[in-house]
Amino acid sequence: MNDPSLTVTAVSDREIRITRSFNAPRQLVFDAHTKPELVRRWLFGPPGWVFDVCEIDLRVGGAYRYVWRHPPDTVMGMGGVYREIRAPERVVATEKFDDPWYPGEAVGTLVLTEHGGVTTLNNTIKYESKEARDAVLRSPMESGLKMGYDRLAAMVQSER
Amino acid sequence: MDSATLDAVFNALADPTRRAIVARLAKGDASVNQLGAPFDLSQPAISKHLKVLENAGLISRSRDAQRRPRRLEPKRLGEATKWLERYRKLWETRFQGLDTLLEEMKEGEPT
Repeated sequence: MNDPSLTVTAVSDREIRITRSFNAPRQLVFDAHTKPELVRRWLFGPPGWVFDVCEIDLRVGGAYRYVWRHPPDTVMGMGGVYREIRAPERVVATEKFDDPWYPGEAVGTLVLTEHGGVTTLNNTIKYESKEARDAVLRSPMESGLKMGYDRLAAMVQSER
Repeated sequence: MDSATLDAVFNALADPTRRAIVARLAKGDASVNQLGAPFDLSQPAISKHLKVLENAGLISRSRDAQRRPRRLEPKRLGEATKWLERYRKLWETRFQGLDTLLEEMKEGEPT
């Protein structure tokens, strides 16, 4: 049987790959990543955060935008542009956070493969620069502060 | 861990042969010959991989002057994998939510 556990590996010094299997057809997993009403239901923020804006223009060159809000007035937004869409198997998109703590862009490549009703998800995130990767890594690793953790969480939510 | 160190560690772990060497050393110290045995590689090639791991601080040589077996430096490996583990946990939480959603979608799907 498939291994449902999630693995995270460093593919190169600027690339991280996430792998996970889902007991569902590929089309459903694809929909859950590309339809705003479905994305809203699982790509939620860290505890206490509310998914405020979820807009997806699913076409090459189209933009997506996510905003999470933490009462009373903390806002975290990010978005990007779709570079490649091959339903229901592949989506390539850029991603960038509003806040300057995260310099530069990353590019996420989502690949879905299906065998016997089980879908395997591979998501490879390539950071534009080592600085971008370091910013992502440094905050939780060296500070260990909740803020860093939340930022990582927000970053992680967008790696699609 | 500074940026240069992180570069070295990630580059070192990006190679499947080097990951296998690290996995082997996690079970105990080993000589260069022992480490090279499972791979169809020349000794210079293995030595090159070991050098990369050593420069990244992931392995070291023990003091046994005869064999100079390599040993794992678990602290450095732990630092490098710590954030990957956090990353993993966060994703797992969200993917569990996705599991639930997919079950609902399957039920709601006309067959």
